[in-house]
Amino acid sequence: MGIDRRTFLKGLGVGVASLAPGSALLPARLEAGEVTVTKEFMGVLVDTTRCVGCRSCEVACAEANKLPSPDLGDTSALEKIRPTSIKQWTVVNRYKTEKGEVFAKKQCMHCNQPGCVSACLVKAMEKRKEGPVTWDTNCMGCRFCMISCPFDIPKFEYDSAVPKIQKCSMCWERLKKGERPACVEACPTETLTFGPRRELLEEANRRIYGESGKYVSHIYGENEVGGTGYLYLAGVPFEQLGFRTDLGKKAYPEFSKGFLYSVPIVLLLWPALLAGIHALTKREGEVKNKEGGEKR
Amino acid sequence: MNSLEATAETKTFKEVLSFIRSELKPKGKIFTPFTVISAPIILLGAFLVLYRLVRGLGAVTNLSQDFPWGIWIGFDVMVGVAFAGGAYVLTFVVYVLGSQKYHSIIRATVLNGLLAYIFYAGAIFLDLGRWWNIANPLFGNKFGANSVLFLIAWHFLLYMMAEFVEFSPAIAEWLGLRKVRRFLGSLTIGAVIVGIALSTLHQSGLGALFMMAKGKIHPLWYTEFIPVLFFVSSIFAGLSMVIFEGTISHRVFGDQIDHQDHASYHGIVVGLSRGCAVAMFVYFFAQLLIFIHGWHWALLNTPMGYWYLAEMLGLVAVPCFLFLQGARYGNLLIIRTAAILTLVGIIVNRLNISIIAFKWWIPLSERYFPSWMEVVITLAIILTEVWVFRWIVNRMPVFRKPPAWAEENH
Repeated sequence: MGIDRRTFLKGLGVGVASLAPGSALLPARLEAGEVTVTKEFMGVLVDTTRCVGCRSCEVACAEANKLPSPDLGDTSALEKIRPTSIKQWTVVNRYKTEKGEVFAKKQCMHCNQPGCVSACLVKAMEKRKEGPVTWDTNCMGCRFCMISCPFDIPKFEYDSAVPKIQKCSMCWERLKKGERPACVEACPTETLTFGPRRELLEEANRRIYGESGKYVSHIYGENEVGGTGYLYLAGVPFEQLGFRTDLGKKAYPEFSKGFLYSVPIVLLLWPALLAGIHALTKREGEVKNKEGGEKR
Repeated sequence: MNSLEATAETKTFKEVLSFIRSELKPKGKIFTPFTVISAPIILLGAFLVLYRLVRGLGAVTNLSQDFPWGIWIGFDVMVGVAFAGGAYVLTFVVYVLGSQKYHSIIRATVLNGLLAYIFYAGAIFLDLGRWWNIANPLFGNKFGANSVLFLIAWHFLLYMMAEFVEFSPAIAEWLGLRKVRRFLGSLTIGAVIVGIALSTLHQSGLGALFMMAKGKIHPLWYTEFIPVLFFVSSIFAGLSMVIFEGTISHRVFGDQIDHQDHASYHGIVVGLSRGCAVAMFVYFFAQLLIFIHGWHWALLNTPMGYWYLAEMLGLVAVPCFLFLQGARYGNLLIIRTAAILTLVGIIVNRLNISIIAFKWWIPLSERYFPSWMEVVITLAIILTEVWVFRWIVNRMPVFRKPPAWAEENH
């Protein structure tokens, strides 16, 4: 599970410390692996106070992941709140808040300990040690990940005979090549920042403290469901931006842990107990038979 | 029906094969009201299954991104498996506790359980979007051993094998294989013990599937104790199904049941009724404790609250009381009424957790409601199971007494 995988990322930390475009995960920097090992996943900080709703990230995402490109000319898209879909791994929504219109990008949160990963019985859903939560084709299509995701992110292709689960992969393929996620690359207003989660948290706190009154004192994703790879800053309470603030701080896999712990106990104790009872009652029957009592 | 009591100790493979071939032919009338009604539904269902495999889930189901699980999981699997709980409860009573009172109904119950798992747990296959990967949790190198569903997949498979072993003596008796019968009979107690342990875990495991749906299931139904509630309710769900099935079987297959078993049947039903009442009382009390600790008083005075009360009072407390009364006065009518109410209660409870109280904030117009095709396929599955049950009962000693040579060791 997530925590174990933090023994990871041999040295990506150094490489990513500099957030210069394109150099994020340069293989050359990986050499420093033995020197510095960060204990954090990679993540993205979303500063909703900077987002202008241009939806460049949507276009870049579609391009990078071979999804149909959204039509930016169609401004009616922002009229209603859109969920992510099988054709759109990320969407920008417009919310009416106490501070006027605010835009918020939504996609997979890449939880530190994802519910979907612990739900998957074939490890098709995987938490990569670098941070992304990815999907693979050994999936059975049981859709338990959809039930278990607190953010309702995995989307299923119901209309296909060879359906896939569609969700943001934090551009895992690009990350492997040392590139940043396409949405981060495309953002013209520096709303999105890619980096090690720990450093993103520091940066987020710096912004909150630095400009008093601009932000609410809450980094969404710092503690929610045990922490997420995507972190959000906002100038208004997060409920107004369509975020669930009732999810709690407990990582979702924890909820089924109690049951899973009981499994070996039951499997060990039950047979012993039942065999014991059986031995007792059987003995009774034998005695009865010997005494000439009724058979069976 | 061929009586094989006169056959020799050992039979050749050829003899067994030719016997099976002769048994494959239909027995009795082909055109009964049941077959006339069920055959077209099964055929239509089979066609729809093919259609679903070729065109995808969206072509036949009303599933959506908001409601990934419909009646194939919420009803077929969740309810079907709970109803099949009678097998592990009765094998516990008969083989572990050594109570002979229920021995005459054990085979029918185990057969029902086995078929329920094959057909209703088998319904998972239809629901899998990528069904060709169904063996991935069993073979391969990527086991999601932390998944509750992984546990359930394995348990279903192992439990089906355990139930098959429990039922297998009847098959050996049917084929007249004495040595095989003796060997299989010696496996029963082992299979029973393993079966009970497996049942405990996967009955509760079905509830544990919803643990991570926290925040999506209405707080009156979501509790960390759902697994325990699923397990306890499977006890009286299973026993109620035994009562219900027995009522029908005694009418339909009455000619196969000998006089002695007919006479003892009344006492059996009364005993089952008492068992149901006790288990339901425990369940009701647990629900009450969970409710009080949850501090959800305010939620009671909402539409979902009324629905919750209807389930807990009308479909748990009332049948519990009826079982008690039925057992006290030995009134089969009251007991059967209670059993039917209980079964409805289990259906409502499982559907509540998986569909109705799931994302309860979504307006009715956008909610999941099964398509007619989902319903037809479910009906076809149930009816096919009844066909197979009937086929086996008409050939193997399920309600009938086993052949004399097998009497002494079962």
